[in-house]
Amino acid sequence: MARSVDVSITVNGRRATRAIDVRTLLVHFLREHERLTGTHVGCDTSNCGACTVLLDGEAVKSCTLLAIQVDGQDVTTVEGLTGPYDGFGAVQEGFRQCHGLQCGYCTPGMVMAATGLLATNADPTEAEIRMALKGNMCRCTGYQMIVDSVRWAAEHPLPGD
Amino acid sequence: MSLVGAKVLRKEDPRLLTGTGTFVDDLSPARCAFAQFVTSTEAHARVASIDARAALAMDGVVGVWTAADLTQYPDLPGGLPDLERPVLARNIVRFAGEPVAVVVADDRYLAADAAAAIDIEYQRLDAVTTIDRAVADDAPVLFPAHSSNVITVVPTMDDLERELGRCDARASLHVVNQRCAAVPIEPMACLADWRRDDVTLWATFQAPHHLRNYLASWLDIAQVRCRVIAPDVGGGFGSKIVWYPELFLAPLLSKWTGRPVKFAQTRSEAMVQMNHGRDQVHDIDVGFDRDGTIKALRMVVSQNLGAYPDPTGLGLPVLTTWMAAGCYRIPKVSTSFRTVVTNTTPVAAYRGAGRPEAAYSVERVVDLVARRTGLDPAEVRRRNFIGPSSFPYETHNEAVVYDSGDFPAALVECLRLVDYDAVRAEQAARRDDPDAPLIGVGLSSWLEIAGFGPNGSLEGFGHLASWESAQVRIAPDGSATVFSGSSPHGQGHETTFAQIASDELGISFDRIDVRFGDTATVIQGIGTMGSRGVPTSGSAVKSASARILERAKKIAAHLLEAAEEDLVVADDAFHVRGSPGKNVGWSDVAWASFQPLRLPPELPAGSLEERLFQESPNFSYPSGAYACVVEIDRSTGRIDIRTMVLVDDCGRVINPLLAEGQVHGGVAQGIAQALFEAMEYDEDGQPVTASLLDYLVPSAPDLPGYIAGRIVTECPNNPLGAKGIGESGAVGAPAAVVNAVVDALSGFGVEHVDMPITPEKVWRLMAAGR
Repeated sequence: MARSVDVSITVNGRRATRAIDVRTLLVHFLREHERLTGTHVGCDTSNCGACTVLLDGEAVKSCTLLAIQVDGQDVTTVEGLTGPYDGFGAVQEGFRQCHGLQCGYCTPGMVMAATGLLATNADPTEAEIRMALKGNMCRCTGYQMIVDSVRWAAEHPLPGD
Repeated sequence: MSLVGAKVLRKEDPRLLTGTGTFVDDLSPARCAFAQFVTSTEAHARVASIDARAALAMDGVVGVWTAADLTQYPDLPGGLPDLERPVLARNIVRFAGEPVAVVVADDRYLAADAAAAIDIEYQRLDAVTTIDRAVADDAPVLFPAHSSNVITVVPTMDDLERELGRCDARASLHVVNQRCAAVPIEPMACLADWRRDDVTLWATFQAPHHLRNYLASWLDIAQVRCRVIAPDVGGGFGSKIVWYPELFLAPLLSKWTGRPVKFAQTRSEAMVQMNHGRDQVHDIDVGFDRDGTIKALRMVVSQNLGAYPDPTGLGLPVLTTWMAAGCYRIPKVSTSFRTVVTNTTPVAAYRGAGRPEAAYSVERVVDLVARRTGLDPAEVRRRNFIGPSSFPYETHNEAVVYDSGDFPAALVECLRLVDYDAVRAEQAARRDDPDAPLIGVGLSSWLEIAGFGPNGSLEGFGHLASWESAQVRIAPDGSATVFSGSSPHGQGHETTFAQIASDELGISFDRIDVRFGDTATVIQGIGTMGSRGVPTSGSAVKSASARILERAKKIAAHLLEAAEEDLVVADDAFHVRGSPGKNVGWSDVAWASFQPLRLPPELPAGSLEERLFQESPNFSYPSGAYACVVEIDRSTGRIDIRTMVLVDDCGRVINPLLAEGQVHGGVAQGIAQALFEAMEYDEDGQPVTASLLDYLVPSAPDLPGYIAGRIVTECPNNPLGAKGIGESGAVGAPAAVVNAVVDALSGFGVEHVDMPITPEKVWRLMAAGR
């Protein structure tokens, strides 16, 4: 280990305090130290967004942050999402209803980016959804059904809506 | 109610939406070590020395290995004599990114540190990256034992010069189908765990049995000692059916270190280490009459294979030349090809593999004929289509007999959805308005060969066979497990195969589980590629289910004291036709199937289990008609896709939601090839688009919404009547987009533009044509 530092990060509501290599990326802290493997890695240039998580409620790319940079902050990963759709949040349910995923590798990042969008804009247009997801790549769906999924979530924040 | 044809939500989704799927890099067994390759920084060079002393002295480094440690192991399988690819480069490196050494360390950070500390000295050799340069007299030869960079040549028997000369007119087209990267969002990854005599390899792979067959042989161990598991696979698109060094080395590294060893590629590594696709050059001549009738077509294909001939790569131009005439009745067709090695990443399958190249060229040719004759492109298509009553249709190649289709009907539906006449009117109205964006509309009446396949069709690419296996097993409570030899990577087999089995067996969808991807639980399989999932593998599920039902009916008839032919199965029970209330549940039948005292005498206990290997007498031929409307900004050359209409004919559809998803994804890759993506090299063979900063994978704002339509002509060659859908979009879309751009630029005298059509290219064409 190059140099060990202590970090304390609240992940999905649970405080995690560990001694880590100072250069540990947040995504590796989540995947390899916390063993939360829902957050994925798809590139090394911050383009693909498979690693997207919420940092204090805002969508960020966890491959582009050192774990030590978010010391004391609050991180939500896909494993931390809950909601009224049989335990799913509206975004997750929207992706299920509208076939917004195929291989599922980009999906956690997409879901987190969409969750971040709907937190600030509860009723986005198609163009706003596309722009909000511009940092997330999907190679399977061609995006139309992802856009439909996010619209579904906006229209059905609660079951029966 | 029939589930086949219904929009059923996917069984796969709950785990993938909650982060509880299992991709290879999610696995971390105890004491797991991490492998990192040291790859060539040169495109062509002699390896003068490798100095690993500094790396070996670092904390946490387990070891470093090079080609010198592999002398008792063969080169990677599937190569041609004298042209095999070594697992690690031996003396010579032939492309930038070729693995030269591998280091194993306690974690991925330490492995990366150690790899960076390994010092390799190269003596540079001249490099060639293009076909033109590789075939030049003074070109450096990649494999001196072979003496030429041209690897295979299939000449034509007849150059058709006579027929071409007899037509009213002839035209030539030089088409570059550029090199693309598949870019599955999950790069290659594998994890090997060698314990005593047994090895397990988890790999993100499209064909785990194919890998097991070759890996066991390469390691010289029995197949029962070698288990390959493809867990959740994050996309493939053809890039995960080929032999990468890590798949063979990881088991050895685990054996040598006594620890599980994992390798997970970074994207920058994946861009040069995973095989590329396309990279063909076509020289086409077409002869036609004034009325737009195409009389003769000659296509000469050159395939860039990259540094090492891959069995799939060698097959690409075969498929291209097979499909050269598309959906047209062309009396004389002549094809030939050659394959050429260059100092670039090896080329193999990428979504469509040889067929997008064919469809693109013939659809460009039809538009060229329309331009030269002054006819509408839709009309030229109509005049040359193979008619809907002409099937089976024998083509210029005896291996290729089109199964079914209705090309005119697909085009009619496509023109209706795009509102063709209105777009043409709008285009004409705008032409003379210098402030309005240019409008272009492009058509693509495409056809591909899929459903691999008939005996021999995959053997040619090194696979064991071309059938697909399915096993159906009824549990004592009447629930069912379907095992498929076809291991998916996003296609939704768990859902579609359960739909097929549910309809056939009368067992509820929720009581059917579909498994795959593990050589320990599925005895043999081929894989998911070539749009074969539903037509071949799905048909296997249907056939195996039908055989189970036959036996289950005998048991039910015995229990009900009724005649088999009077039984109908529905809602998890067998009912006697015409006798309401007289029925027996699937659970009772299943339970009885294990009790000899309750069985009819001809059936042994445990008979409700069936395994079969589905063969197909012919390929399937998915087709469709796509239309694209583009707007081009006259001052910047910016291209916006305004409308994208997709009319597909994939035969019988199992799940329209999933079928449409497959089309969308393929179309996105097709648009990306037309407008954005190109894997490029500089003159020294250095890749200049080797990261996602430089290689332009589109994201959501770059792509349009899609308008999907459908016609159905069933495939007569499999029990489902399905043709396959995985590659369709990637086959059909590029021509629609390029034809639209060329159409928009027709006023500037433009007849062809090579892909990717960047705003800069468009701007230059407009500037030159003004």
